[in-house]
Amino acid sequence: MSDVAPIAVAMSGGVDSSVVAGLLKRQGEPVVGLTMQLWNQRRLPEVASDAATGRCCSLDDVYDARYVAQTLGIPYYVVNFEDRFEQHVVKPFVADYVAGKTPIPCTLCNNFIKFDQFMEMADGIGAEKIATGHYAQIRQDEATGRWQLLRSADATKDQTYFLWGLTQEQLARTMFPLGGMVKSDVRQLAIDLGLPVAEKPDSQEICFVPNGDYAAFIDAYFKEQGITTDVTSGNIVDREGKKLGEHAGVHHFTVGQRRGLNVAVGEPLYVIQTNPATREILVGSGEALMKKRFVVGDINWISLGVPTEPLRAEVRIRNRHQPAMATIYPKADPIGAEVEFDVAQRAVTPGQAAVFYQGEVVVGGGWIEREA
Amino acid sequence: MRAYFDHNATTPVAKSVLEAMLPAYTGVFGNASSIHGYGQEARQLLEKARRQVAGLIGSKAEEVVFTSGGTEANNLALFGLVEAGKSAHFVTSAIEHPAVLNVMEELRGLGYEVTFLPVGEGGVVDPEDVRRALRPNTRVVSLMAINNEIGSLQPVAEVASIARAAGVFVHCDAVQAPGRMKLDVREFGVDLLSLSGHKLNGPKGVGALFVKKGVPLRKRTFGGHHEKDRRPGTENVAGAVGLGAACEAVQVMDGALRDRLEAGLLARIPDAFVNGDRVRRAPNVTNLRFPGIEGESLVIALDMKGFAVSSGSACSSGSVEPSHVLLALGLSPADARSAIRFSLGISNTVEEVDALIAAVAESVARLRKLSPVYV
Repeated sequence: MSDVAPIAVAMSGGVDSSVVAGLLKRQGEPVVGLTMQLWNQRRLPEVASDAATGRCCSLDDVYDARYVAQTLGIPYYVVNFEDRFEQHVVKPFVADYVAGKTPIPCTLCNNFIKFDQFMEMADGIGAEKIATGHYAQIRQDEATGRWQLLRSADATKDQTYFLWGLTQEQLARTMFPLGGMVKSDVRQLAIDLGLPVAEKPDSQEICFVPNGDYAAFIDAYFKEQGITTDVTSGNIVDREGKKLGEHAGVHHFTVGQRRGLNVAVGEPLYVIQTNPATREILVGSGEALMKKRFVVGDINWISLGVPTEPLRAEVRIRNRHQPAMATIYPKADPIGAEVEFDVAQRAVTPGQAAVFYQGEVVVGGGWIEREA
Repeated sequence: MRAYFDHNATTPVAKSVLEAMLPAYTGVFGNASSIHGYGQEARQLLEKARRQVAGLIGSKAEEVVFTSGGTEANNLALFGLVEAGKSAHFVTSAIEHPAVLNVMEELRGLGYEVTFLPVGEGGVVDPEDVRRALRPNTRVVSLMAINNEIGSLQPVAEVASIARAAGVFVHCDAVQAPGRMKLDVREFGVDLLSLSGHKLNGPKGVGALFVKKGVPLRKRTFGGHHEKDRRPGTENVAGAVGLGAACEAVQVMDGALRDRLEAGLLARIPDAFVNGDRVRRAPNVTNLRFPGIEGESLVIALDMKGFAVSSGSACSSGSVEPSHVLLALGLSPADARSAIRFSLGISNTVEEVDALIAAVAESVARLRKLSPVYV
């Protein structure tokens, strides 16, 4: 082992993290590649993806990551995080859905696995910094000394919506070498670096639900754990409480969803709210989905300490949402806020994150708890 | 320094073995089943190798069937005794290698009965448990000679005598045995015994199954009539020659270096514990746990210093799952994950052992300092 601390690169087998490893290696940095084995794809065969598509956590991806590491001539290891992933990501994901929320497992994974346990693993092999293929930027504010998270140069790839939970300590040790690039440049770099994954398609879905059917995953997971899902079935009702139909479980529904309701009343109906206590799915018109004010909890204030005064920021309430101007009313204990959009936004969904932006800077983010 | 302490995973091919194999890749290329001189030359090499294997295990040459390795030998032994249309019960231990455990799982999935016997904290099967497990339709008892992870010696002879008295066939997975203990199929009293070339300084991709004369083994792959109609496929002459040469050269190690390693680690590292029985144990292996660390991290840290050791058993991705063997000893999953297997071979030196002790002590101390659970 050389005396210079290596950089631990989290390699998924995809183009982005492969280019990160290649770039750092080309810059002369000592690099160690690590792939986290997060989920055993053979566990729930009924929701396994088409083998040809080869998504994250699959053996094909481990094969690709290892091939890239060999091509680059860097040390490479696969580390087993399956237990931790199930504990910190899969179980909360399932519990949230059953509680009528729409969770974001990627954020949980970032908070508890990639930038926590993975960093510990990096410590163990003597690495001071970790690098990932995320599209986001990190910089230190010279005036305050605080580490800041910024949107990526490629607006279409920006992943800050999933990274708002990073602490100052984590940001200080993390490198996002792709944050200043656009995807087409990254693909070109993969070709220039001679990486065998240059043509590989991007993954789109949550890694452990490769076919994208979360409800089927939860059903299969319950079955494996010997839990019956009948406990979450109930009625579909309108605002007046009138029963319009029945459903097989609250975890089949997310706010704003239109498909799969199987009730016809003439006008298009959307899920407005899921109520796990009564197991009722409240449906209504698209108009009823528009909300201005909601409560956010567990906020991580990144670019500044906990603010005492209301502040103005653009707020994003799901990954594909165009951030909209809002006023944020912070609360200190427990750390949270009420957010009020200038203009009502569609489908404010408990379990999703609200991320606050001032220009390119991520001011902070937290979990959407409920309407205010 | 670069040093290898993972000989239970595989061993390097001995120089004498390689030299013995080369003619079978160069001049002697015939098909050992051919009638002509080319074939006869190959046949001679093959049969000499068969006698060498028989010499190691105290069997007759014709009782040795060459296979592609230990896994195939185990599959052939267990599936080969299944009778069409008849129920059957199999008995094995909870600490077998996956090459037996997963054969048993497959048999169970096909509707056969399987009993997995527990072990105590020493990792040794109690022969009385075998006696109690036997049923009228018990067909085979399969027990390893030496556990690959902790090195515990199993009471194969006692178990075999109990099973034989009940008219039950006995299979022994002995791939870890050559070089670690004296091996004699008659003293063991077994009907079937599996060997693997690469565990005894022979080549990979070759193994053997001892099939006692008279055992009604049926082939499980289909083709020609090779290996006395027990295992079809053109004979891997070079591999067999390598296995034979390795069997002839192998000598039982003493435990001096392992003892030095174990004593050094226990002296230098607080809260370090040996897993499994320390007396009834192969002389080349020690399995230790270091509570508070992840064995996987220690394996990587040591690899980066040039030392090859292992933890748990490799799963399909190449990462590590908590060892089913250590869980069977009664360890908690966290303790099982903190364990490391050190397995020595004939080429290890005192200098390597001392350097390894220092490297492990340094790495464990560092990992524990980082650990949120170790105080």
